[in-house]
Amino acid sequence: MNALLVTLLAPVAGALALAVLRPLRWSGWVNTAVSALTFAASAALAWQVAEAGEVAGYSFRVDAFNVYLVVLTAFVGLTTSIFSRPYMRHVCETGMTTERGMRIYHAMYQAFMFTMLLALTTDNLGVLWVAVEGATLATVLLVSLYRTAEAVEAAWKYFVLCGVGIALALFGTVLTYFAAQQVVADPAAGLTWSILFAQAGDLEPSVMGLAFVFLLVGYGTKVGLVPMHQWLPDAHSEGPTPMSAVLSGLLLNVALYAVVRLKMLVDGSLAATASPHMAGQLLMGFGLVSFLVAGLFLHRQRDIKRMFSYSSIEHMGLMTFAFGLGGPLATFGALLHMLVHSLTKSAIFITVGHAAHIAGTQTIDKIRGLIRTQPAVGWSLLLGVAAIAGFPPFGVFTSEFLLLTATMQSQPWLTVALLSGLAIAFAGLFRHLHPMVYGPAPEGQGPVRANMLPVLIHLGLVLWLGLSIPAFLAGWLDRATQLITGAHLL
Amino acid sequence: MSLTTLPLLQQFVLVLAALVLFTSFVLLSQARLVSAIHAFAWQGGLAAAVTTVVAAAGGSTHLYFSALLTFALKAVLIPWMLHRLIRRLELERYVESLRWPALANMAAVVLVIFSYWLVLPMVQQELAFTRNIVAISLAVVLIGLWMMVVRQQAVAQVLGFMSMENGLFLAAVSATAGMPLVVELGVAFDVLVAMVLFGVFFFQIRQSIDSLDVDRLNRLTETAEEEAAGAEFDATPRRSQPTAARPAAMAEGE
Repeated sequence: MNALLVTLLAPVAGALALAVLRPLRWSGWVNTAVSALTFAASAALAWQVAEAGEVAGYSFRVDAFNVYLVVLTAFVGLTTSIFSRPYMRHVCETGMTTERGMRIYHAMYQAFMFTMLLALTTDNLGVLWVAVEGATLATVLLVSLYRTAEAVEAAWKYFVLCGVGIALALFGTVLTYFAAQQVVADPAAGLTWSILFAQAGDLEPSVMGLAFVFLLVGYGTKVGLVPMHQWLPDAHSEGPTPMSAVLSGLLLNVALYAVVRLKMLVDGSLAATASPHMAGQLLMGFGLVSFLVAGLFLHRQRDIKRMFSYSSIEHMGLMTFAFGLGGPLATFGALLHMLVHSLTKSAIFITVGHAAHIAGTQTIDKIRGLIRTQPAVGWSLLLGVAAIAGFPPFGVFTSEFLLLTATMQSQPWLTVALLSGLAIAFAGLFRHLHPMVYGPAPEGQGPVRANMLPVLIHLGLVLWLGLSIPAFLAGWLDRATQLITGAHLL
Repeated sequence: MSLTTLPLLQQFVLVLAALVLFTSFVLLSQARLVSAIHAFAWQGGLAAAVTTVVAAAGGSTHLYFSALLTFALKAVLIPWMLHRLIRRLELERYVESLRWPALANMAAVVLVIFSYWLVLPMVQQELAFTRNIVAISLAVVLIGLWMMVVRQQAVAQVLGFMSMENGLFLAAVSATAGMPLVVELGVAFDVLVAMVLFGVFFFQIRQSIDSLDVDRLNRLTETAEEEAAGAEFDATPRRSQPTAARPAAMAEGE
């Protein structure tokens, strides 16, 4: 319990302190230190969960499913903060943002981490909603940090679309609470997930079915499912790069986590009706459409960050599809994919930040000859994209292979769609990547000071996960799989 | 279902809820911003009234508190903030030119019917009352959403957003006798922070496009041709310019 408290309170304290801290030189360091503390506490929490099975109390509940996401969130938060310290200092030195903007940035970074961790650890569906909405509020000012017309537009779009989406999710939450009141005696416990899950079979199916549609559309907006994805490429491309890394690596995961938790409730409620897999089928549909559409859109992109945000939509679509497919194999694959996608994508965004520094633009056509100019950045980008495109021996290959196997088992004809989607996305990524990393460098393009440590750690981990998944992690994911589907894989 | 057999207090709740729905229509077709804000304040006040009546009917004390919270937030604080904002933005006399107001209203009527259709499967629940109230609040939510679609003015869109919140609150209060207190406080906090941020954005938007007509926020598009044009003719750079100029300066700074 103590570890959980530190995990949650460290970002809050950090946000408050960073909002008032004057000397800007320290803010970056404090930000990193707070993130490190959060990560240490989350590791301790993971240790407790590994020993006790779950840590619960005060309407918090950490089990095998969310603890690995907690650790992942804290870890990516830490590495991104290491990257963001020098990066944001340059941004400030070049006058793209003011000192006040920097204070907002650091405070909101920690506030965002807090909302993510709160959403993951809470056992209350209402608090989950509040936290996910809080994540929008914390990041929306960061998207417009540079105050260009594009940035303001992106932020407004982000705010309005996610606000509306999340409002629909609240309606779904109200309906869930309504269904719970007929079942759960204590009204105050009517939104507690674990209690609802225990009695999911008694929840009124017609209400839960309706609720799930609203919840899926609501949280799905945040996952970036097509057609509610419009905000995502804009917010990613116009916001500061560290923000793109955490949005892609963490926020989308947390929203998907919420969808999966709710699917577990709805599945229990609908089990005895004529359409027991309604929730799963909806997820599969939305997931597959997002996967294919985003893959096609990859080809048309001209902005490098925009391109990788479409790649995020594509991968979130794949995971949504896999969770919808259900079954131990697909779920295990999806959980693993969440992990490797976060690590790879945040590494890519960090590299892209450096690449945009080198070329002085985010326009793909003008980023050329990265390997010649600065091999570390060029090779990182190449390897990162190879990893995200699903090349062996990286971890994304493993998880995508598991997903394909699972699809072939239960819905063989959909394998065709998946494989062609993967091929389309691969082609889309590489047709843009190739001229960017190879070829001669333009005149006057020089290397920049880049801290590639976070990228190396992330890609190293992804490589490790591709070669051999350590036993404790496999056991962890297996317990999460058992929690979600009711059956072990290993 | 015969509504006349319901207890008197429940009938009263239904009347108030219907009035909330009516204010939604007023909001949708009110072109003058100041009047629209007043309509929104009325809606908040009515939502608070519904809460009070439900509290009286059900005898749950914590609902009195949330009625007070709603009244303070939705009927007083947020309308006051919006008033102040439009004074500072000098929009007091602003009248938006609505596109096809009659069609927008007809569509809203369709949305109400759709909401009733959507809750039809909830027959097993004995309650005619709950079904009505869920349908009405869903209609308020959807009309708020519709308002955000048809109105181009940023303040009007925020009003639509806030009236969606009113509909959600109505659903929570009348269908379930209020959410747990911690959730209600959290939602209220989020709404308040959202309002403050909306205020910040009004100024940022006006600074960047010199108006609050958000239809003119159209620089970020998916059309590759347009962006290509911007990249080619450096005299009229569209979106590549600001991002291009600044990291370049950044790289030189090192």
